[in-house]
Amino acid sequence: MALLTLLAAVTVAIVRQRSLFGVVVLAGIYSFLMATLLIALDAVDVAMTEASVGAGISTVLLLATLHLTKTTEMSPINRNWLPLLVVLIVGAAVVWGTLSLPPFGVADSVVHQHVAPRYLAQSIVETGVPNVVTSVLADYRSYDTLGETTVIFTAGIGVLLLLRGLRRRDDIGGGGES
Amino acid sequence: MQLVKTFAEHYNYVITIFLMMAGLYIVVARGNMVKKLIGLSIFQTSVYLLYITPGKIIGGTAPILDPAFTVYSNPLPHVLILTAIVVGVATLALGLALVVRINECYGTIEEDEIFAKDDDQ
Amino acid sequence: MSLDLILRIGTKLILPFILLFALYVQFHGDYGPGGGFQAGVIAGGMVILIGITFGLGTAKRIAPQVMVERMVPLGVLIYAGTGVAGLLLGKNFLDYGVLGHDPVHARELGILLVELGVLITVSGTMTALFYAFVERGR
Repeated sequence: MALLTLLAAVTVAIVRQRSLFGVVVLAGIYSFLMATLLIALDAVDVAMTEASVGAGISTVLLLATLHLTKTTEMSPINRNWLPLLVVLIVGAAVVWGTLSLPPFGVADSVVHQHVAPRYLAQSIVETGVPNVVTSVLADYRSYDTLGETTVIFTAGIGVLLLLRGLRRRDDIGGGGES
Repeated sequence: MQLVKTFAEHYNYVITIFLMMAGLYIVVARGNMVKKLIGLSIFQTSVYLLYITPGKIIGGTAPILDPAFTVYSNPLPHVLILTAIVVGVATLALGLALVVRINECYGTIEEDEIFAKDDDQ
Repeated sequence: MSLDLILRIGTKLILPFILLFALYVQFHGDYGPGGGFQAGVIAGGMVILIGITFGLGTAKRIAPQVMVERMVPLGVLIYAGTGVAGLLLGKNFLDYGVLGHDPVHARELGILLVELGVLITVSGTMTALFYAFVERGR
């Protein structure tokens, strides 16, 4: 619970921070908090991924982008309250919607009734792999993972096409201040 | 009293929604594109939490089978989110690449300035 | 760059352990937390660490750009090829039960192959992304 509150506090700091460098560092802290929280929620595989991806690779890529662009955010010219209002209304509606969800941590909610018990019971018999997450990822839901791998492949190709094409640096303006 | 109990039982969801809305607010209200992408990834992270939270069973353990345990948390959301995280960073990189190219073309990454330059032409 | 003595020596000291940890995460993923995605990111992170500390040239000597960019489609091909192997042996696409004499062992082997494909694609993509961003800044 304390972790969740801390997470919310870091998010507020990210919203308010104007220096983009600070935002990136806060985003790294946010990812580590999220990874700790995921361990508390028993999702060890996910926590490992979040710690290495969210706090590692994302931070490096964001810093590389900041190096290529500007590091401070312009303050808005006219302060507009409409987005805040919309967000508050949507948030209130969604929170009202979650009140009918089952309480946190009960074992007999609907989520635990369907495929998961079968995976837990049969994984070791059918695949010989004790880590159910791995066996579901690579065996039972292999199509999914093939799709995800293809998405990563496509995104990688896209970035390479965008960044390794021709350079048009001296068209308008320059490449930022740094 | 009942209200407090309900709130405590759904505290995870409340914070999840708060993170989601904070991400949405950054995307809508901030003009800087790097900040928009960070807002988008905060939104995405809140979805991870939304998936993982219902899978937790109090008293359960991580879904790695061992004779010493009988109650495990639900592995299915873990699988779905595990792949979503890596895809998330791949798409974040694609967005950042677009930001870099936009910066090379316009010399700025602020939405307002880009619109102003478009109007000039 | 030459003043960062602690940084350089420290990086040199932990590099082999990072790679070892990536391999551990990859091959122990059946029994503990881990798998292709995490191992790929850790291995990619090792190359990124080299690139940050010793410069891009050193990183490219260890992981040449051509190799890295070929790894991206290679992993997907290994993954899909495992699926097609099941297809050719008379079962459904991505049904690993026929890859060995015993269905359980065959499925374990299939999981290992698929995770290998994921590892190659993810580590290749992460390194290629880093190279692309850094080269743009030059």
